[in-house]
Amino acid sequence: MEPRNEATRQVLTSVADLDTLRTNLTGKQDDRPIIALCAGTGCRASGCMKVAEQFEKDLEDMKLTDKVRVVHTGCHGFCEQGPLVVFRLGKDQAAADADGTPHTNVFYPHVKPAQVRELIESNIQQHRTVDKLLYREPKQKQIVVEENDIPFYKHQRRLVFELNGLIDPTSIEDYISQGGYQALVKVFTEQDPEGTIDQIIKSGLRGRGGGGYPTGLKWKQCREAEGDPKYVICNADEGDPGAFMDRSVLEGNPHSVIEGMIIGSFAIGAHEGYIYVRNEYPLAVLHATIALEQAEKYGLLGDNILGTGHSFRIKINRGGGAFVCGESTALMASIEGFVGEPRAKHIHTVESGLFDKPTDLNNVETWANIPIIINRGVDWYTSIGTGDVSKSPWGGSKGTKIFSLVGKVKSTGLVEIPMGMTLREIVEDIGGGVKDGKQFKAVQTGGPSGGCLPASKLDLPVDFDQLVEAGSMMGSGGMIVMDEDNCMVDVARYFLDFLRGESCGKCVTCREGIDQMYRIVNRICEGNGRPGDIELLEELGETVKEGSLCALGQTAPNPVLSTLRYFREEYEAHIYQKTCPAHVCQGLIRYVINDNCNGCHVCYKRCPQQCITGDVKGMHVIDQASCIKCGICYQSCKFDAIDVLTGNEQPRTGAAATAK
Amino acid sequence: MTADIATQAQQETVTFTVNGKTMQGRRGDSLLKVLLHEGYDIPHLCYHEAVTAYGSCRLCLVEVKKGRKTKVTTSCNYPLMDGIEVTTNSEKIRKHRKVVFELLLAQVPNSPELQSMAAQYGVTDTRFEKKYQDCILCGLCERVCREVVGVNALGFMGRGVEKDVGAPFKQPSKTCIGCGACVYVCPVNCIKEEQLPTKRTIVRWERNLPMQTCKRCGYPFAPTYQLLQMQKQTGLPWEFFELCPDCRDVKD
Repeated sequence: MEPRNEATRQVLTSVADLDTLRTNLTGKQDDRPIIALCAGTGCRASGCMKVAEQFEKDLEDMKLTDKVRVVHTGCHGFCEQGPLVVFRLGKDQAAADADGTPHTNVFYPHVKPAQVRELIESNIQQHRTVDKLLYREPKQKQIVVEENDIPFYKHQRRLVFELNGLIDPTSIEDYISQGGYQALVKVFTEQDPEGTIDQIIKSGLRGRGGGGYPTGLKWKQCREAEGDPKYVICNADEGDPGAFMDRSVLEGNPHSVIEGMIIGSFAIGAHEGYIYVRNEYPLAVLHATIALEQAEKYGLLGDNILGTGHSFRIKINRGGGAFVCGESTALMASIEGFVGEPRAKHIHTVESGLFDKPTDLNNVETWANIPIIINRGVDWYTSIGTGDVSKSPWGGSKGTKIFSLVGKVKSTGLVEIPMGMTLREIVEDIGGGVKDGKQFKAVQTGGPSGGCLPASKLDLPVDFDQLVEAGSMMGSGGMIVMDEDNCMVDVARYFLDFLRGESCGKCVTCREGIDQMYRIVNRICEGNGRPGDIELLEELGETVKEGSLCALGQTAPNPVLSTLRYFREEYEAHIYQKTCPAHVCQGLIRYVINDNCNGCHVCYKRCPQQCITGDVKGMHVIDQASCIKCGICYQSCKFDAIDVLTGNEQPRTGAAATAK
Repeated sequence: MTADIATQAQQETVTFTVNGKTMQGRRGDSLLKVLLHEGYDIPHLCYHEAVTAYGSCRLCLVEVKKGRKTKVTTSCNYPLMDGIEVTTNSEKIRKHRKVVFELLLAQVPNSPELQSMAAQYGVTDTRFEKKYQDCILCGLCERVCREVVGVNALGFMGRGVEKDVGAPFKQPSKTCIGCGACVYVCPVNCIKEEQLPTKRTIVRWERNLPMQTCKRCGYPFAPTYQLLQMQKQTGLPWEFFELCPDCRDVKD
């Protein structure tokens, strides 16, 4: 849709009004080719706005502005390939590839402003793809033209992300014309609050923020709780390192979240809602703000929504970036204006939450699932996923989950998978396998509160209960793939370091416990580990887990306990043999020059410590006493002449050195 | 209306068990308060009857069975409920308590108060790296200043290992009235007060306060700001505060 004049947005006073608007909007839809340009945060970082400007300029120069529609969409998920541009062409506008096969969704990665003109000329005017700019899949390096044929997308099941690559998130009309707010109409016209809650319970939807509590049950408890007013909250305080799915949903399709919240408020009987979003997500804040304004203009928020008598308003509350504020009670304290510290939940927040009133809090992704369930029905939704939820929503995991697949895989980004897909399928099929021919070692799920699963667990179907059983958790959906070059002790240290800074600092077990766990793991990494440290970590971990108030402390030892469970031998190697098998921990490795050295002198020049000696064309030597293990020599050597050694390992000599 | 219901709920009697023994109490009361009253020996540092329970020191851990679930929880902020089964001294609790004492001793190794309390429970040393701080961040000073004194001079700042308590921006306090309530409640005695004839200093908050001398006997009996706060709260005429408590009782 073209940007609309604000004045043309009239309050819709009935369900029929919304239907008429939708009919008008779909009727106005033209068959112009669409250039869908990802304008999510990831692509903005790689320069998509310059590409967008160039499109505008070139289309004007070519007098095509009215003949083509450029849509600045939300995140497509494949951020590492950004800036992304997809040419969505009608059947009669299809672009032919080198073999003459016509394509209607042509995907171009890493688009640069200089390529824009060629892309327009070729795809739009000549109906041909630009083969040299097309995507090549990582395994066989074959060209893939169609967006949906790209392995990264092909194996996904995109429900929540369905509209992300299609619509302009700043246009409510785009959302409505794609069927948006239809679920709301369905709820208003065909269901009562109890019926809606019943549907959500039967759908088996469980909290996508990590806890996995059945959403329908939460709604039910909140509806039945005594107290007035009641509140609904959308938790968009995503803070796990490397996870950004909530940001992308709120940025790319804010109305799906708002629609979910209106349905929830109707079911629960709430008239006020909050979106708690961290201020480090400026684009998400902006898009949510615009979306709220537009929904208010149409009367989809406010008093007497669509003439049904239901009133609901949403406020945005920006978070200051404290990880702990993603915890429900800390988040509520923060909205109330207090320090973001969790409170004891002996009385649940559905009974006494925000301002001591019954409060329902759900994650962004959970809210975005609501319209999907209402629109397509419980039977359809429960056909996706694991287990049987017909008797209890605890019986399985249904629907999809978005993961942020990062680390040592060939294709990284946001992936939406049906529950029950195995870790192997995610890593191998969607992620394209481990990078650079290295050996897979572990996958970390669930963020700082999650755990590391080894190769033997790769065939584990991903769902709430199976991940917990294996010693990890779904969490909000972080998924970090690690290879043989990752030291698991070092990984545990990283997460502990993150958490000791992000604990709210209230409970001694969490504040001091995590810090002491960090100190122990840190000394193990530095080569000062002592016998008994592993047992001490386990004992302390138990107390931190059981003795802390909120989920942050209760799950904080997981990275340590799960690596101890699956990679205990690495800890033992660090402590007893004083070796780091992955050659990572600086205190336990050394850089040594081998026979391959031809005296190029580059390491000599680059060493910041000036601890490398040797003449040009002569063998060089690193002085171990002054070396700070920065690795600059290793990175700058072009002749594979530097070995990273641990323990008693000796540098390669003669044939062994040259063989590699 | 709601207040009435709340009061009724407060007065409702509930039955529960502690270490197998059946007891009765008022719904919503602090479990720790009840346990201490009944003579159970439960260590605690951040709890004080005069202020809201906070649950930060984690020493008052007990096991509570509610329905089918048993969990370890702090008793200070656990509201008394019907039918709960409380265990105060299981092996699990003793184990966790020992680790918590060790964590506290690592953070604040040189507090005689903490050392002697830990020793009572058999903990005399810590296996963790000593950090040599002096405050355990129990928050009693902050709560007493806000809830009892009503001055709100203190607050928490930062989070995680950087967390601290004090006056805004770590500047010398401008609002502290020098009443010394925080000095009194601090369980590890890390808030010190220095008293000179003409001024009182709360060392930790860098607050120097002039003393009001009694109009009659000339004794410097209280910081002027404290008297001003009292006047604000009571609405009594200033003349009342010009005399020290002893001279107030003397009839002219």
